[in-house]
Amino acid sequence: METAMAILTGLFFAVSIYLMLSRHIIRILLGVAILSNAVNLTIFTNGRITREVPPIIPEGKAFPVEAVANPLPQALVLTAIVIAFAFFAFLLVLVFRSYQELGTDDTDEMREAEPPNEPAPPLGY
Amino acid sequence: MALDASYDVDISQAMVVELPPLADWLVVAPLVVGFVFGALCLMTRKDTGRQPFVAITGLLAMLAADIGLFWHVYTNGTVVMTMGRWLPPFGITFAADMLGALLALVTGILGFAGGVYALQDISRTGRRYGFYPFLLLMLSGVTAAFLTGDIFNLYVWFEVLLIASFGLLVLGSEREQLDGATKYAFLNLIATTLFLLAVAYIYGVFGTLNMADISRKAASVRDSGPLFTITAMLLFAFAMKAAAFPLNFWLPASYHTPRIVVSGLFAGLLTKVGVYALLRIFLTLFGAERDILAGTIAVIAALTMVLGAMGALAQNDIRRLLGYLVISGIGSMLAGLALGSATGLSGAVLYAVHSMIVMTALYFLVGIMVERMKVFTLREAGGLYSSAPWLAALALMLFLSVSGLPPFSGLWPKALLVKASLDVGAWWLAFAILLSGLLTTIAVARVFAFSFWRERDTAQKGAGEVQPAPAATSGAMAGSLTALLLLTVAVGVYPEPVVRVTDRIAAELKAPSRYVEAVFPPGSEPLTTEQTEP
Repeated sequence: METAMAILTGLFFAVSIYLMLSRHIIRILLGVAILSNAVNLTIFTNGRITREVPPIIPEGKAFPVEAVANPLPQALVLTAIVIAFAFFAFLLVLVFRSYQELGTDDTDEMREAEPPNEPAPPLGY
Repeated sequence: MALDASYDVDISQAMVVELPPLADWLVVAPLVVGFVFGALCLMTRKDTGRQPFVAITGLLAMLAADIGLFWHVYTNGTVVMTMGRWLPPFGITFAADMLGALLALVTGILGFAGGVYALQDISRTGRRYGFYPFLLLMLSGVTAAFLTGDIFNLYVWFEVLLIASFGLLVLGSEREQLDGATKYAFLNLIATTLFLLAVAYIYGVFGTLNMADISRKAASVRDSGPLFTITAMLLFAFAMKAAAFPLNFWLPASYHTPRIVVSGLFAGLLTKVGVYALLRIFLTLFGAERDILAGTIAVIAALTMVLGAMGALAQNDIRRLLGYLVISGIGSMLAGLALGSATGLSGAVLYAVHSMIVMTALYFLVGIMVERMKVFTLREAGGLYSSAPWLAALALMLFLSVSGLPPFSGLWPKALLVKASLDVGAWWLAFAILLSGLLTTIAVARVFAFSFWRERDTAQKGAGEVQPAPAATSGAMAGSLTALLLLTVAVGVYPEPVVRVTDRIAAELKAPSRYVEAVFPPGSEPLTTEQTEP
């Protein structure tokens, strides 16, 4: 199970890095979204996968009586998903706004903050 | 739900049974204050006249909490508190040692100074778009990152301060800001995601996320676990957050675009969180891996210092010049981390404190300069000496301080770092520190010469005389700038108490077992967090 998950995670990383290498900002955004999912799967796999035994304490007991799935990675992944989703939403709006204002989604042409032909500082007094 | 008799367990094995002493609550006080007043500011968002008073009260309360926390840690040692009454490592631990408390204190000072400065710098529109809620949220995130003792929680605080910083960065929605914010947002988010990836592997290897627990288990895991890979990933992620040399390009692309008070606080606070995380990871958690990576970190440090200062020399825009000086300062702190000796670490922490105060003050200064000159570029600058001689005096002091010249606070950390480099025979690192100091001096001296000494070329702008700003408009700005300046002068003239604090921090960092003992007091049964193996 871990092996299959490791291969799947590797594929996710490969796809996200490929997308992030693009010049077009929307592809970079998709790459970042897939990257965060790849990391979430990594956390999940690192918690060791135990199937079909939910971490539920039987009624009347103070602790689980048999081996159960590790609940902590699920809590971590849930936190990470929420954060990643909020960032994705923010970045999507930011990217759309900069596309509206700058008229391009090509990062090579987004030179508003760093103009390409900026004059050198004065060289004499 | 009814429980049968088998529910007869000793909860003192897993939970704190008595409340911690009242003074220990100080460890969460700055965050609580920050979030509560952030929420209040959000509620009074539309009432732009009254909102600043709420915000300033909150910032003042936050500063008071930071001072109280620092004093408590200074007198009683590391303060530990675990959330939800769980015993560590089960609950999320907050652990304020001297390093965290000192940096939190400086954060409180800068936050208050920034809040006062923003009274003039941020317009009513900016307030309505939520400047103060974002500011308080960011300060809470930064403070919490300095105080948390749980590595996943550190990731969460990184995201909190990051999302708040996005809000501050795009305040105004100018074309330039959207461009800068896009680059800042993507590269910082990727860095934080890579940090989370390293956290995933830490969890897989250690089965715990508590920093003290990781620290005490590192020795036994070292033979079997890929700790070197994990630390290399962490170095990459935090070097990107700190804007160390090959990963620094987001900083000069974005730090000059927001309002000047935002730039100042970013320059003072955000990159230093990355440096703090590096110090914490490499000294408290993975000391042996730091020894292996020390050479690499030293090379990165030297390149960051020198190339940052050279970048500053090549800039026409004064704000971008300051951005490169921020990068150069990061190099000096990394040099202390690479050296790892008590002197080097003391120098690194002292440099961090110096750099936080002085870089923020420099941006504040540029804000006042631009209010009078109306331009940011060195080519058009000029004429300030005749219109505002007092500003020239303040500027000269800050410029000498950032260059590391006496009698200001920049001298002492550089002296400590050079001494620590020469102690281990790293003459090239000492040379890089001194060279970056020289290049910084040249860069800021040019700013001084062009914007103060040179007469304004009025024909070029066709704008007539430089109009001195009305005294009332720059009262809050000049006040907070002067306060920060007094701090750097005080540290420069009488460094003894501060150096004593940083020496103590260096001793604490050199002995991570003291951090572990504070979280897991000796005598208590060590609890295991073994994972359920399939």
